[in-house]
Amino acid sequence: MGKRSNWALPYFIFLVLFVVLPLLLIVVYALQDGSGHFTLANIAKFFSDGDSLGTFALSIEVAIENTLLCILIGYPAAYILADKSLNRSAVTVVLFILPMWVNALMRTLATAELFTMAGIQLGKGTLLFGMCYDYLPFMIYPIYNVLDKMDKSYAEAAQDLGATPGEVFRKITLPLSMPGVMSGVMMVFMPTVSTFAISEFLTNNKIKLFGTIIQENINNSMWNYGAALSLIMLVIIGITTVLQGDNKQEAMGGAV
Amino acid sequence: MKASRVISKAYLWLVLIILYAPIAFIAVFSFTEAKSLGNWTGFSTALYRNLFTGSMQNSSALLSALENTLLIALIASLVATMLGTVAAIGIFNLKGKKKATMNFLNNIPMINPDIITGVSLFLLFVFLHISQGYTTVILAHITFCTPYVVLNVLPKLSQLNPNIYEAALDLGATPMQALRKVLVPALRPGMISGFILSFTMSLDDFAVTFFTRGTIGLDTLSTYIYADARKGGLTPELKPLMTIIFLIILAVLLIINMRQSKSSDKQ
Repeated sequence: MGKRSNWALPYFIFLVLFVVLPLLLIVVYALQDGSGHFTLANIAKFFSDGDSLGTFALSIEVAIENTLLCILIGYPAAYILADKSLNRSAVTVVLFILPMWVNALMRTLATAELFTMAGIQLGKGTLLFGMCYDYLPFMIYPIYNVLDKMDKSYAEAAQDLGATPGEVFRKITLPLSMPGVMSGVMMVFMPTVSTFAISEFLTNNKIKLFGTIIQENINNSMWNYGAALSLIMLVIIGITTVLQGDNKQEAMGGAV
Repeated sequence: MKASRVISKAYLWLVLIILYAPIAFIAVFSFTEAKSLGNWTGFSTALYRNLFTGSMQNSSALLSALENTLLIALIASLVATMLGTVAAIGIFNLKGKKKATMNFLNNIPMINPDIITGVSLFLLFVFLHISQGYTTVILAHITFCTPYVVLNVLPKLSQLNPNIYEAALDLGATPMQALRKVLVPALRPGMISGFILSFTMSLDDFAVTFFTRGTIGLDTLSTYIYADARKGGLTPELKPLMTIIFLIILAVLLIINMRQSKSSDKQ
């Protein structure tokens, strides 16, 4: 058996080359000026640039609101889907994750068009609800997964011991489903901060999110500033990952 | 009890209707000839005909974008499935710190938002002076697909009886034969779901492709739609194309699901 542990080696080399090294390069480019000399100017530029800071704050705000909205709408849906007395069909679950697999840009364009047809002005409101459309399945699926695998005997025991349905939910089901909520947050929050095409479509380019300014800098060959902005995002990712622990693994295993 | 069932059902349907509204919208407007998305000019299958006969504006650009999308998804998910399966066997047999390190590294591409994966790989290719195009896009897709294959294969390894591989060797199989005839069949369900997940993620990817495709004019469906929408007018034939792709994915998922529930019924 011992020798088969060597089978991880090719993937280890692959990960170092295509994951670790590229992330280090973000740090390297962020701390260099155009001619390759060490500088903190790119980072300083971000903190002194009102536009970038404003976009950053707005992105975090939209991401928090979108995440909360997804939990608010997604948790009840996941709960109903996982409750065998309310939903017996596996096909319903498939229907909920299926939109994940329709081209997100196309779906977003259609959403924006629907808003326009309904006479709703494209702006922050449409951005929020449009994003919620896009990311809702990513919130529902991990919560459903955890609820579905949950040991029902805890809830039954609590019930037998006289807890009301409300108490059972608050004290048993909700705490036990938190890992699912956390991985849902993970899959909604950071992607919302970093999205660029989606926010452009949903607001008709009126509102820029952080992803858009990263993309603009990289595409206009301002690699060092683009890398600095990416580095700031990496720091946020690091912080949220540490805060949330690491639940994505179990939630997304066997996702098909 | 009855009331809560009705409310639950109604809630699920309401969310489903909201989720599917944009998709239904595309499907409905694929049956009219109008250029812009929300414009109805009478029922027509002209867009479908144009799509299949290739008689439309930019037809070669759209069809080559479709071809690129499928080819990149196929190659990337095949390579990711092989790399990920071998890696999963390796990781399963690792212990302690090494195993934790591999699991940690494997998680990074899944935690990273697309734009970080895209920008970091863009910088890698710039740094190494690799000109960007097909190869770099495929490498980038393998990077974000493989972790999901690993995650889908690992549980199958823990369900596997570790002795049967040794038994095959004792009975005279070469390690290659034991791999092909014993390990692969046992891991196949995990490999298939990893492959499908990889394929669909690759199909849907926009940001990573956008940053790693270089300037040679390589387009996938996503980058084509993005460029099209920024120009102002979406190619009308995209509507029937998206409708067809959606129906294919729906059929595939339903078949997989029915097969799974059948096999779990048997057990």
